[in-house]
Amino acid sequence: MRETYGVVLPEMRLDNLPGKLIVIEGTDGVGRSTQIGLLKPWLEQGGHAVVDTGMSRSKLVSRGIKQAKQGHTLGRVTLNLFYATDFADRLENEIVPALRAGFVVLTDRYIYSLMARAVVRGIDPFWIQNVYKFALIPDAVFYLRIGVDDLIPRVVFSTGFDYWESGMDLHPSEDMYESFRKYQTGLLAQFDTLAEEYNFEVIDATREIPAVFEELRAGITRVLAAPQQSPPGPLPGQAEELQKAPATGNNGAGN
Amino acid sequence: MKRYGEHRFPGKLFVVEGIDGSGKSTQLSLLHQWLRAEGYGTVFSEWNSSPLVRDTTRRGKKKKMLTPATFCLIHSTDFADRMEHNIIPLLKAGAVVLCDRYIYTAFARDVVRGMDPKWVRELYAFAVKPTAAFYFRVPLDVAMNRLINGRNGFKFYEAGMDLDLSGDPTESFEIFQGHILEEYEKMIPEFDLTVVDATQPIEEQQAQMRQLVKAKLAQAKRLRVAP
Repeated sequence: MRETYGVVLPEMRLDNLPGKLIVIEGTDGVGRSTQIGLLKPWLEQGGHAVVDTGMSRSKLVSRGIKQAKQGHTLGRVTLNLFYATDFADRLENEIVPALRAGFVVLTDRYIYSLMARAVVRGIDPFWIQNVYKFALIPDAVFYLRIGVDDLIPRVVFSTGFDYWESGMDLHPSEDMYESFRKYQTGLLAQFDTLAEEYNFEVIDATREIPAVFEELRAGITRVLAAPQQSPPGPLPGQAEELQKAPATGNNGAGN
Repeated sequence: MKRYGEHRFPGKLFVVEGIDGSGKSTQLSLLHQWLRAEGYGTVFSEWNSSPLVRDTTRRGKKKKMLTPATFCLIHSTDFADRMEHNIIPLLKAGAVVLCDRYIYTAFARDVVRGMDPKWVRELYAFAVKPTAAFYFRVPLDVAMNRLINGRNGFKFYEAGMDLDLSGDPTESFEIFQGHILEEYEKMIPEFDLTVVDATQPIEEQQAQMRQLVKAKLAQAKRLRVAP
């Protein structure tokens, strides 16, 4: 039987979700998507069907969030609730059906990034933690950890400073470098707090890509070997959910 | 981030609650006219949220994409937008703000849809506590009689059709509103709602409202006076 962080959504059955929910967390530019790009084919070669998913990709809300970020028109509470709506939509329509069908769900960030970003922006930590109480507890959270001094050169020589990742909405008078440093320092401090509270497996992300990949593989192998929480395979009458799941990612192995 | 009951503004906030057909909107509009005539800078807070939140809500409803969870969350987003961009600035400016429906509507509706009552209340903790909240209490059959004459049919979510209570929209609406009434009753002591007997003549209800509003406004010193 799976568990949530305290609140179960109506009609969400927590039994018979044999898939694995694996979260890759970490700040902007730390290399999450690079690692997910490596992990997915590796898992598929191992015979696992994989769905990869990430923040603000829901059918319901993703378009609105993109527009909101361009115009910076939403208030802080509003934007956070918009993200929560997006997350709920993905949880119900993507993550849970995939877990029910026995997929490995590899998610690029989860509720923790959303909470860290909210708290850095002055949102009450108790309030935002309550918002996400309906989230499923993952099988593992791998936190790619990096210090701000190691992060800066990576960002500068890849994508450059991004408005939101530099927290420019918080420090509009600063230049991008100063703002980035300040914002990411605050964000990393929040991640460290969350790492303890939510039992992250911390991975040193200052190392080369292959070294990080190796450690992730070892961790995920362990998670996959752990006993299943309920018998695999869908129950009769869940064919509809089953069909939805593969549509979200290009599942290699199928089921 | 200030929580419910922690905000301190020069303005005042009055809200009306009740099921459809309780007559609350009529009462609020009478109150509005009276406040303006009395010289108070009074604003009726409309549900004019940002186009992008509104569009998402509309799309979700139109395509029936909403589950109880996303219905609840998209409406809380919409409400937060209105709180941050409309109600709070007006209260800071010293206005008397009037709202037709408030967080209590969400509490009733979302709990009937199966959301956790405590969780929904905490979700809306960012809302400003009203100066007074009037609850127009009316028996279900009275409200239904008023509505059946006045409108042609009920919308999908409005009638709670997503809950599979009944295949007939009118019947579904009635069952759904019955559950909503039960939730309102629980909230009267919890949120100190001022109960107005909505079966009384309109004039009497309005007199009761004005008396209480007058007392609350007498305590306020920095209210804006209409130009």
